[in-house]
Formats: sequence, structure tokens, C-alpha cells
Amino acid sequence: MQDLLRRYGATLTGTFVLLVAFWLLALVILPNVTLFEASFRPYLPVVDVGGPKDTYSFDNYRKFLNNPVDTSFLGISFQLPIHTITFLNTVLFSALVTFITFVMSYPLAYYLAKIVNPRALPTLVLLLFVPLWVSEALRAFAWYIILTFNGPLNAALVGMGLLDAPVRWQNGVFTAYDAIVIGLVYTYVLFMLFPIYGSIQSLDTNQIEASEDLGAKWWQTHWRVILPHAKPGIASGCVMVFMLSAGSLLVPSVLPSTKSNWFTQTIQVWMLESQDWNTGAAYSFLYILLCTVVVTLVMWAFKVKLSDIAK
Amino acid sequence: MSAEIDLDDVCCDFGSFRAVDHVSVKIRPGEFFSFLGPSGCGKTTILRMISGFTEPSSGVIRIGGKDVRGQRPNQRPTALIFQNLALFPLMPVWENIAFGLEVRGVDKATRRARAEELLRLVDLPGAADKMASQLSGGQRQRVAIARALAVEPAVMLLDEPLSALDLKLRQHMRAELRSIQKRTGVTFIYITHDQGEALAMSDRVGVMSQGRLQQVADPREIYNNPANGFVASFVGEMNILTGDVGATADGFASYATPHGTFRARLAPGAAKGPVKLYIRPEHVVLTPDAGGENAVSVTVGDVAFEGNFISVSATTDSGKHFVAELRNDGSATVPDPGSRQFMRFDAARAAILPDETGTA
Repeated sequence: MQDLLRRYGATLTGTFVLLVAFWLLALVILPNVTLFEASFRPYLPVVDVGGPKDTYSFDNYRKFLNNPVDTSFLGISFQLPIHTITFLNTVLFSALVTFITFVMSYPLAYYLAKIVNPRALPTLVLLLFVPLWVSEALRAFAWYIILTFNGPLNAALVGMGLLDAPVRWQNGVFTAYDAIVIGLVYTYVLFMLFPIYGSIQSLDTNQIEASEDLGAKWWQTHWRVILPHAKPGIASGCVMVFMLSAGSLLVPSVLPSTKSNWFTQTIQVWMLESQDWNTGAAYSFLYILLCTVVVTLVMWAFKVKLSDIAK
Repeated sequence: MSAEIDLDDVCCDFGSFRAVDHVSVKIRPGEFFSFLGPSGCGKTTILRMISGFTEPSSGVIRIGGKDVRGQRPNQRPTALIFQNLALFPLMPVWENIAFGLEVRGVDKATRRARAEELLRLVDLPGAADKMASQLSGGQRQRVAIARALAVEPAVMLLDEPLSALDLKLRQHMRAELRSIQKRTGVTFIYITHDQGEALAMSDRVGVMSQGRLQQVADPREIYNNPANGFVASFVGEMNILTGDVGATADGFASYATPHGTFRARLAPGAAKGPVKLYIRPEHVVLTPDAGGENAVSVTVGDVAFEGNFISVSATTDSGKHFVAELRNDGSATVPDPGSRQFMRFDAARAAILPDETGTA
């Protein structure tokens, strides 16, 4: 602070500090605090707001556990609240997206970091970035077109004789979430690739050669030397892709099947269609909390420390 | 266990650049062999070809009589010690050492026992559970050696592993490496640009320049009888005179230079191609008396006291600088700067040598 004052003078420093304070307070903290407060109050007609019915409770949060429906998992039937099912599906398929992006990114990151000729690297990275120049909405719609019943994917597969008849991809071939998973993987794969690339690149190539020289097979070198070194990058890539997928609204809305439901869509329904901001806010905070718990548990299971990710 | 390494007319090209140029040498089982040369002379490429990271463009490499071309580094009986050691920072010392056993599927208890045993061999007991980052430079060095020994290689390849250490430790590790090599009997191939290291440790030295092997001999031979001008001036210091060979007799020749005519040994084969006269500074004597063979009058310039010797620079009347090294044992009187002296050298200790082989 002293240093800032000396360098930029009182006027400029004051302006900076005030602008940052305004951004933090008015645009981040205040809206969140307002929503947090609202999440504990009931959704009431305007005349009742501030009246005797307007009391604090956990009712909005409790709605997460309402409306049990029949469901089954791995052949076992049981009852679960409908929004809990949506939440679990969202977490499950976000984790699947994370896993698929990891499986796709790790070999590519290794290839870019250690094998490819450094002169070709800028071109390759540029090619990876080109799809990012198109907006996320357009990319999602592009997949909508690709996967549609009369779309190019069916045309190509039927044309090559790999399929006898066109398939309704968007209805889901394996699960109701096929199209969403494809869309999310395509949208967020680079958020996995670049942290892993960065961490593999920082590995001394001599370590890889030393491992091979000591007799390790290629997979042993990856398992014992490269993967452990890349763990912080993998962890931050996984956290990013998981949180972005779980928080995505656009892709699940553009590429849904008749049976898919993403938790962000549930929040959106509360907020925009029911106009019940109180419950919407409660669901949002619950969602953040639960996702944080999931991420923390997974990090604990894989022995990743928070400081590893910050590296 | 040790094996003979046979490089048979090996070349290695990187694009249009020839890094290793028709190198042939047989390294004996259990030998401590050094490749000595300036950076970029191809010595590291030779090491990488023996370990399998680089394939020769032509020629054959045999380890223990077997042609190893096409074998990956993990299939060859070699262990490489990298310049930066390349210890695995995320594993404790004992896992580092036992890594080669781990990837061969040896069980954990045996691995641990073997690691402890090797730590004792390299004189580092009790370090098993430390991380490499907790060790000093010399200790890391020992761990790297133990890690390489753990796979029981027939050949150890060392790529300037001492260059990162300070002088005292380097001298200590020289003796240590030498003694580990003698104890284990493994063939050591050592790469260095430090002539002191090569001479002090090796059974034989191969001096390289521009991808070619200039001379292969034991350290004394390399120093006392360099095969050519490159070896002479790369290993140790040299006073060099340019001139023309005159009459030759009994392996000696007269050599006419602008600074006088001298007599010196004529290296075999030096008659063809350009030659120069090489005299070691420690073979130059400065006396106040004129007369005798190979004497020339000089003016003494700087006198630098180096501890174990005194380096005197002197200039002939024709303007040629010479360096003489006098031992600091009281046997020589140190001339005063600016004084007139006679510089003299023994014809048997000066050599007329061809320039570098292969480049002329």
C-alpha cells in the first residue's frame, strides 16, 4: 500500500482502490449476500413481504428432498427425491465428462510437451484454439446439427455402411445424457489439456530418459515418473472441467434429451419460470456446497492438496 | 559384471551435421575409459548411442560382443548417469535406487534391502528415507551412482556428472568414483571436457574433436606424447611455434621459425601436412647463461605466483610470447620482471606435431 502510494500518488491509488472495492462489494459480495439472505425466506406475494409470514427457515433448502420418485441404479430399485436424482445425475455425468477429457488430454498433452518438434508447437496450439474463437453457443448448436436425426453424423455412418438406419443420438444411445456429455467434453477439453501440458512440460526430459534407461517400460515411466509429476496439473484440470461442466447451463439446454435434466436447469426453472428466486437461491448455494464437498472428497481420495493445485 | 564395448566405424548425423565421424574404439571390460573433448565434439552423442537414446547413422556398436543396434535403452545392459543426475524428486532415496528393480518386478523387501546395501557401498548409510532434495550435491551424486549400480549394468555411462560440484568436492568425488569402479569392476565410460578429471581417473582416455577420435591412450601417453596438435594443446598448456621442418635425423628435426631455429622430436607421420612445434611450459627453463641447444634470449614479463608453481611470461626479441612454469620447490630462481634471460628447452621434450587429424 505504501509502495502503491509512493509510485502512483494519492489520487490514482485512491481511484484504483475505490474501483476494486466497488467491484468486490457492489458486484460480488452484496448480490451474493442478498441472495443468501433471500434463500432463507419464503417466496411470498408482494403484499406479504416483510409481513408476519416472512420468517427465516430452511424450507427452501428442504425442497431438495421433496417429491420422492422411483428410480433404480445398477438394478436396485429405490426412492429418491426428484431434485436429488437430478443432482446426482449432474455430478455423475460431470465426473464422466472430466474423466473423458482427462483420457483425451493426457496423451495429447504428453505429445505436445515432450514429443512434438518445438517448431511445430505454435501451429498445433493454434489449431487447438481455433474452435475456442467460436462462441460456446455456436459450438453447442454445431453439435446439435451434427447429432440431429437427419444430420451429417447419421448420413456419414449410414453412407459408410456402419449403420443400417439413422440413430436418434440426441435421445441418447447409451444414456439420456449422451449429447450433453459430448457437448461438454468438446467445450471444456482445453481446460484439461493446458494445465496437464504445463505440468508435463516442466518435467525434466532427463527424468523420462533416466526411467527408460533403468529398464522401465513406457507405461511404467508414465505411471511412476510422468503422472506423479503431472498430478497438480491433472488435479487443477479436473477441478476446472468438473466445476464448469456441473455449472454449465447452455450445453444441457441446447443438447438435451427428453429424459435429461441438469441441476443448473432446475435452478433456472425456479428462478425464471417459477419466479421463485428464494428457492432458486437456496438451490444455488446448496449446489455450490455439495459440489465443493464432492471435489474435496475426490481430492482427498487422490491425495491432492490444495497447494498442489495452486502451483 | 562388465562387458567390452566395441564401437566399429560409428558415424552419427543430425541432418547435414556429422556429430560423430567414423569413430572406432574398443573399450575393455572393467576399464575406466574417458572421452575427453570440448563441448560439441560429439562425446555426448557417443554416450547416447551406447545407451540407446540415439541410433548411429552407420557403423556397429557391440556390447559384450552383441550388436545392440535397434535395442531400446531399457533393453541394454547400460546405466547412464545424467549430467544433472535426474534423480526422481517425488520418490525417497531408496525408491530412487530401487527403481530399476521395481520396474523389473522385484518385491519390496528385496528392493529395500538392496537399496540399503548400495547406500552402504556408496558410503551413504541412513539416507534411505530422505528425499533427494534434502541431500547435498555430493550425496545426490552417490545416490545417482547407487541407482545406476542397482540394475547391475555391464557398463556405466557417466555424462559429466561432476561438473555441478565445487572444486573440493569434485576432487573428492573423482577418487570416490575411481574406487567404486575398482570395487564393482563395472566398465565405466566417462564423458568430460575437464582434462584434469580425465587424466586423474581414467585407465585410458579418448580425446575427441569435431566428431573424430584424435588419440586413444593412457593418460601419461596422452600428456607426454600427444598424437597431434589438437591433443597437445587441449590437454595441458602449450607454447606453440609455427615454422618449417628442416633436416631430419633419428626422429629429430630442425625447425626454422621467425624466432630462431630449434631442434625437436618429429612425430611419426608429421612430415606431410602442416605441423607446429609444441613445448610444455614446465619444460621451459629460464637461465641467465647463454649457449646450448634451443636457447633464445628473452625479456621477462609478468611473474604470476600460482602456489605450487610460478608462471613466468617471457617475450623473445622477435616478439613471441612464451610461458614458462617453474616449480615452487626452491630448485629454480625466479627471474625478476623486466630482466634479460635465456629461454631453453630440451629437444626430447618438445615435439613437432601435425595439426588435428582428419580436418586438414
